[in-house]
Amino acid sequence: MERMTYLLFDAVLAVTLLTAVVYLAFFIRQNSGLRHVARILMMVSGVLQLLYIFARFSILGVIPLTNPHEAVVFFACATTWAYLTFRWRYKVKNFGAFVSLLVALLLLLAASFPTAFAPPPPVLRSLWLPAHAGLSLAAYSFFSLAFCGGLMYLLQERELKTKRFGYFFSRLPSLDALDQLNSHCLAIGFILLTMGIISGSLWLSQVYGVYWRWGEKEVSSVVIWLIYLLQLHQRFTVGWRGKRAAVMAVIGFAIIVLTLVLVVAPPGGAGIHGN
Amino acid sequence: MATETPLAEHIVLVGVNHTTAPVEIREKIALATGYDQPLPALRQLPGCRECFFLSTCNRVEALIVGAGGNEAAQALAAFFFGNELTESYANFLYRYEEAAAVSHLFTVASSLDSMIIGETQILGQLKAAYRQAAEAGCTGAVLNRLLPKSFTVAKRVRSETGIGLSAVSISYAAVELAKKIFGSLQGKNVLLIGAGEMAELAMEHLLNQKIAAVTVVNRTLARAEALAERFHGQAVAWPELLARIETADIVISSTGATGLILRKEDVIPIMRRRRNRPLFFIDIAVPRDLDPALNELANTYLYDIDDLGGIVDVNRGEREKEAVKARRIVAEETEKFMRWRRSLALNPTILQLRRHIEDISARELAKTTARMPGLSEADYAALERMLAAVAGKILHAPLQYLKQGDAAPEQENKVDVIRRVFGFDDEEPVS
Repeated sequence: MERMTYLLFDAVLAVTLLTAVVYLAFFIRQNSGLRHVARILMMVSGVLQLLYIFARFSILGVIPLTNPHEAVVFFACATTWAYLTFRWRYKVKNFGAFVSLLVALLLLLAASFPTAFAPPPPVLRSLWLPAHAGLSLAAYSFFSLAFCGGLMYLLQERELKTKRFGYFFSRLPSLDALDQLNSHCLAIGFILLTMGIISGSLWLSQVYGVYWRWGEKEVSSVVIWLIYLLQLHQRFTVGWRGKRAAVMAVIGFAIIVLTLVLVVAPPGGAGIHGN
Repeated sequence: MATETPLAEHIVLVGVNHTTAPVEIREKIALATGYDQPLPALRQLPGCRECFFLSTCNRVEALIVGAGGNEAAQALAAFFFGNELTESYANFLYRYEEAAAVSHLFTVASSLDSMIIGETQILGQLKAAYRQAAEAGCTGAVLNRLLPKSFTVAKRVRSETGIGLSAVSISYAAVELAKKIFGSLQGKNVLLIGAGEMAELAMEHLLNQKIAAVTVVNRTLARAEALAERFHGQAVAWPELLARIETADIVISSTGATGLILRKEDVIPIMRRRRNRPLFFIDIAVPRDLDPALNELANTYLYDIDDLGGIVDVNRGEREKEAVKARRIVAEETEKFMRWRRSLALNPTILQLRRHIEDISARELAKTTARMPGLSEADYAALERMLAAVAGKILHAPLQYLKQGDAAPEQENKVDVIRRVFGFDDEEPVS
């Protein structure tokens, strides 16, 4: 069974890398046949990732969010599905190329962590933990989409401002579409993040008897929450948008990645609230 | 018949355009009343036989066929500036005669002299002006050939060179850029600053984009209204400019102002009030209307004519090459027209020669028949026929000589020879 699961992960990795390659080829060639193939591959990759998570769940008996490998896989899977649902509502030209690359990078990162099954310590056996981690990672997945959109926005905006139309001008969507993407991802991500923090607090109270500790993880998640709160607030009051919103999306994501490294795989070991 | 010796009448063109006169000067003479007033005024100038008047936002020109010389030039300058004529005003005028005038007209018609080289509207304006002049009975043999010729020259330039591409592309490029900023242009508001033909030109492609509304703001409200009507838009007075920018998405500026009409400092508070909704400025005025620093503001994009032209792959060198080609066509057609002019100058000599012989015949016939009272009508007719045949035979060779070969100097020589042989220039011409 475990062997099968490892094979499944190899398949996930292979399909996702292939997706990224095909999307990249489409980005370069702009051949709509390639896009069709890439979209199907992305769906397959999303389904395989879900199957893999389910397989680990059925072996472990808990939602597989107990080690760095599982957390990053969950992150990648959430990003894939966030993209797929987003695509279903909005059309953003060549967005898939950027997202598939990010998902592929996340899965490669996941592959670099030990994939072994370890029975989780009792402290992690609460239901609030997967709720907290799942919601937070889902929030991050939307922020990662905002990050991809932000990068695209900055590339496109630079060409429009400098009036030198190079490689990206025709390949990237309109600034408005990218800004809408930012607004959409920001709103959904923020709601998920808030729910994640609340559930994390409930988990803390269950395990430690307090709702809040000023540990580094708690502080960093509050910092992230405040960053996105600021973005959301400024967008809906004074109209922070465009380049500033794009830069904030990139900065926000950078801080998330830093925090994730700190929480999920701290340089000293342990990780995942194990201390 | 009046004396029509060569160069007795001149083609004279006098005018001002966007490069020679600032807009304040042009507005003084660009008669908003249309053609009803200037055409009769031109007609009454001393020595004027044919006249044509063209008035657009970027140029005012009068074309006269009649007596040349300084007097006519003075009269024309006075026509342009009326009593306000001063030394400094006269400097704004350009004046061309004969081949230079023809060449200038062809250059204008081909849109080589336009603010946006290659735009097509000038041709329509020329045609309308010609219709006005023709209806007013102001055109004659020369203009009725010259003006239609200028239309065909323009068409030739358009079809044989790529000069028109860059003009069409400016509107197209504006739409493409706007789409990269706004996604769809559906429901966007367009504000036109300045109601000139440039504004109309820029709108060409935008109109197909389902934009929500067009607003025109202009210093002269009447002009704004006229343009707004064409786009089913709204005209507003100049003081409303800043308020209108607040609600616009795309702003196209094409005024003839000599300085900037909108500065960065004006737009900063507007962007705040708009809550940073993107604003796309297109400055197609020369000199520029909009502060180049606008492009530095967040969510604000500013493109001028050169930027827009740069988008389409017609690079400057390519455009220059096309312009050279177009000028060659203009020169060629000017030469052709002037050849026709000279052949027209030849015609009076032929006519005079024929009349000279006919006159002698008629005089001699009258003298002879006076002494032959019993002459029957049939005999009289026979005598007439004989004289006509003799005249025809005598004229045959000199006429052939005049009509052969069209190289210009040679032809003028021939005319000269004939006139001297028959002594036309020694005596008062036969009338």
